[in-house]
Order: sequence, then structure tokens, then C-alpha cells
Amino acid sequence: MTNLDIVLLICLVAAAVATVMTARLLRSAIALALTSAVLTVLMFRMDAPLAGVFELSVCAGLIPAILISTIGLTQRLTFETLEVRRKELLRRFWYLPLIVVLVGIAMTHVRIPLDFPPPPPPAAISVREVLWNLRHVDLLGQIVILLAGAFGVAVLVKEVKDGS
Amino acid sequence: MLPLFILAPLAALLLLNLPIHRLTQKPAWWAALLLSVAQAVAAVAVPVSFWGRPSGLERFVTLGLVTDNLSRVLLLSIGLVTAVALLVGRETIILPRHRSGFVNLVLLSLIGMNGTVLLDDLFSMYVFIEITSVSSFVLVAMNRDPDALEGAFKYVILSAVATILMIGAVALLLLVSGSTDFATVSAVLRKSTQGPLPKIAMGAFVCGLFIKGGLVPFHGWLPAAYSAAPPAVSVLLAGVATKASGIYALIRLTTSVFAPDPSLNNVLLLVGAVSVIIGAVAALTQTDMKRMLAYSSISQVGYIAMGLGCGSELGIAGAVFHLFNHAIFKSLLFVNSAAVERRLGTTDMNRMGGLGSRMPLTSVTSVIATLSTAGIPPLSGFWSKLIIVLALWRGGHFAYAGIAVLLSVVTLAYLLGMQRKVFFGKTPPEWQGIQEAETGLTLSALVLAIITVAVGVLLPLVLNTFLLPIRGIL
Repeated sequence: MTNLDIVLLICLVAAAVATVMTARLLRSAIALALTSAVLTVLMFRMDAPLAGVFELSVCAGLIPAILISTIGLTQRLTFETLEVRRKELLRRFWYLPLIVVLVGIAMTHVRIPLDFPPPPPPAAISVREVLWNLRHVDLLGQIVILLAGAFGVAVLVKEVKDGS
Repeated sequence: MLPLFILAPLAALLLLNLPIHRLTQKPAWWAALLLSVAQAVAAVAVPVSFWGRPSGLERFVTLGLVTDNLSRVLLLSIGLVTAVALLVGRETIILPRHRSGFVNLVLLSLIGMNGTVLLDDLFSMYVFIEITSVSSFVLVAMNRDPDALEGAFKYVILSAVATILMIGAVALLLLVSGSTDFATVSAVLRKSTQGPLPKIAMGAFVCGLFIKGGLVPFHGWLPAAYSAAPPAVSVLLAGVATKASGIYALIRLTTSVFAPDPSLNNVLLLVGAVSVIIGAVAALTQTDMKRMLAYSSISQVGYIAMGLGCGSELGIAGAVFHLFNHAIFKSLLFVNSAAVERRLGTTDMNRMGGLGSRMPLTSVTSVIATLSTAGIPPLSGFWSKLIIVLALWRGGHFAYAGIAVLLSVVTLAYLLGMQRKVFFGKTPPEWQGIQEAETGLTLSALVLAIITVAVGVLLPLVLNTFLLPIRGIL
């Protein structure tokens, strides 16, 4: 592990903690996007470009875009409410950075047991082959999950319209 | 033929949501009902060997699905309980638009459950478990009242923890074995040179499934979700949704993928016993009918885990049999609760009384379900509990066998308490004009009660058709 990897890991954890502890939803969504972006860089550095591309496009791009569009439809918090929320978050999660640091220190002393015979290296297979021939059931499953999400939004948002 | 279990509900879902609502709105419920009934009939009538035959569909799509007698039991339970949930939904979900959303989500849930039961790949199974979960979150929150949203929120949060554990376990197993299909992972795990990593993965996956199945101490979400969900959704969740995504997966993985492991069996026995005790004791203290049934569900799932923890053919057959019986009698109790809620507008048992004379069919079927849940002969629940107790005894787990028997008495106590409060005694003046529930609810209750009695009385037939072939999974 190089120094750059260590810096990236620290950035990753900091961005993840900020996602949970930031009072404004918009900043939280941006911190989440930043977490995914740093993770993407780590994935590229770990020779997993395919995972990196998906992380960048979906987790750092599409999901924050949907979150930010949704947040854009909500009302902005007043300064007083924001202060209350900030204090509440600090009261509830003050120990989170501390736990992250302690776990980080503990993990440096733990030997991860990787002493098993490594599996044979995967054959060079194209993305197309993986998605359409090898893992097409998962692809179908993910399409159905998206459908479930879409129907879920339709069911719940229609209720809101009725309520208003 | 097997892809039909996934593609038929998917095709129905797409067709019913074409932008021609006037044409699709009315047949939507019937189409979903037809599909679930057809699935139940096919699971009973068509032998397992037939499903593997090529049908011509393979030229267009191959989903790599497999089936055996364990899958067959689950496909039957899923078909039956989904049909009952649809019948209950027709009576309890009033607005046509809400009913349409409900039918869509039930179809999605059906796809998820069938996929979970038929796939033989860890990652694919995880994906289809998630389909069931996502549909269930929305179904629980459908009414949008604060309780429903709280129940759904708890379910989402704990499911997210389960997701992290399962996906982490899949990653570790992929690292160790180079594949995620059951056969390869199983072959690698059965070698003794793998170090502690496979055990860590196994433990993480099992913990994830404990959360999905609602076993103690991972049950925090279950009472809130079951009690706050619309009545039809409670039937679906308690009957099959959480059982297929949590308990079936647990049975499948411990029997077909993970190597036989005494420590895993001990964990299953302990978690099962604690679930049986905590679920039953908590159920004793409840005054809300649905919440009490939710805790009862935790307790009954504990029995299944204990049967599985025996590690023997008898124990696993008992666990699968109890899984099926639980799907039937717990769905029946939730249908009864839906009938009472529909008429009274409440599930608070302290406000009820004397409904037996006003809702005779609901009352009689509720007594049948109560006796079966408590393990009274000759009903179905008696036989599955007997098999589990015998397996525990034969395995030398005498203390656990004792707990299983004693807690059946506690089960009888809290369910008889429910009967006394709801169906016996004097009717409060406010409920004097109450009548029997609508046809959909009484018909569902009647069908489930007949199955509960028939499975108990016709045990030799069930034993030869379903239970003995289950041994083949070991």
C-alpha cells in the first residue's frame, strides 16, 4: 500500500463521516458523491476498472443527481432549525469520528487471514460477455429492482398528492 | 419450464402497466391471482423431474434455474400465500389506484421470491432477495401513516445492515473460491485448507439471513413492520416474504453450500431457542392482535432454526415442514386479524370481546390456526413440531427439546388468551351490530383452515410426497 492509497483511504472515511454528520441534506448528498468518487480512484488503483466505471457512473453520478433533484423539490431549512439539527447530529454522532480512528488503529494490528490458495485467475472476458452471457440473471434482477423502485415511488408519491 | 416462474409474473407486470389503464386496471388483480394459483397447482401437480425438461423457451432465454423438492415446497407456499394476500387485498384496499399499486408490488415480490427459491448462485440469490425486500419496504409503507412509515424505516435500516453482511460475505467467498455458484463454493468450503476466511464469510451471510428472517437478536424491525403494514401485506410478509428471503435461504445454504459445521449448528440451535423463548414471552404481554402475531412469528421461526440446527435429515425435514405449516397457519391468523380489523377498525384486543357469535367463520378458523400453531394433534403444526422435537432428542439436544415442548404450552397460553379476548365473553355495546367479514376474507380463511386440517390428517401422503424427498438435498 502506497502513501497515496493511505491518503485516499483517509479521504474516503472523512467523506463518509461528513455524509452522516452534515446538517444540510444537499451537502450530505455532495459528500456522498465525493465518497464514491474517492472509492472510484481506489478501485482504479486496485486494478478493478470495470467496478470503478460503475461506481463513478452510478454511485458518484446518477444516485447523487437523483438525490439532489429530490432535495431541490423540498423546502430549505431556516437558520434556527438548521442549528437545532446540527446540534442534534453532533449530540447523536459525536463518537463516530472517534470510532473510525480507533477501528483504523486496531485494524493496523490485525492480520487478515489471506493464506488460502488463490483461485485461478479469471479468463479475459469482455464486459459484454459478463453482462449478457454470464451474469444476465443478475442484470434481469437489477432491472426488476429498478422497476420495484419506480413502482414504489409511484405508490408513495401518489399518496402525497392525495394528502395535499 | 422453470423460467416461467420468473418470466410470467414479469410479463404480466409489464403488460398490466401498458398505457391503456382502462383495459388493464380491471384484469390486473385477476391476472395476479391466476398466476399465483397456477404456481401453487403446478408445485403440487407437476413432478420436479418435469420442470427440468426443455420447453423451447431455452432458445430465447436461459436463466440457469434449478429445482428440487425443497424449492417445490417453497413454490407451493409462495403461490398459496400470495393468492390469499391478493384476496385479502381486494377486500381491504379500497381505492382502485391503491389496489393497482398493491398488485404491481405483489407481482414484483413474487418474482423476487421465486428467483430466490430457484437460483443456485450466491450473488444472484442476493439480488432476488433484494427484489423481495424493496417490494416489501414499499408495501409496508403504502398507507403512509406514521406507524407504517416507522415500520418501513426500521425494516429498511436493518435490511441495509443485512445487505452489507451478505454482500461482504459473497465478496469473501468469491475471493476464496473464484466463483459464486453453489457447487463451486461448496466444493471449496469443504476443503480444510482455507483458513478462517470462509468461516467469517459464512458467519456474516448467516447473520444477514437472521436479520431478514427476523430471528432474535436481529428481530427489531419485525413487530413494527408486521403490525403497521396493511392487512394484506402482513399476510404476505408473515406467510412467505420474510420466510423465502431469510429462512429458505438459510436452509438452502446450510444444507447445500456451507460445509457441515458443528459450531454453525450450535449457533442455529442457540439462536432458535432464544427466538422461541423471547418471541413467546413477548407475545404473552401484547395487547395488539397483529403485534402479538408478529412476536408469535419470531417464536415459530425459532423452531425452524432449531430443526435446522440438528443437522440431521430428520431435523431438516422438520424445519422445512414447519416452514410450510407456519406459512399456512400464520397467514390464517393474519387473515383472521384482517377480518376483525376490517369490521372493528382496530386491532386492540382490550377493546374486543364476544365476536365469535358475530363472526363465526373467522372464529372457528382462528381456533384451528391457534391449535395448529400450539402443536395440538392432529393438526399440521403438531406433526412438524413433533418431528423437530424428535430430531432434537435423537441428536442429544435434550435441553433444547425440553424448551421446544415447554414453549408450545406458552404458545397455547398466549393464543388462547387472544381467543378469549377477541371471540369469547361479552360483546361491548359498540360492536353489537358487527357481522361476518366479506367473502374474500372468509374464503381465504376457509381454504387455509382446510389445508391446516388436511395436512395434519393426511400426514402419510404429505410425508411421502413432500417430506421424504427433501432428504435428497443433503
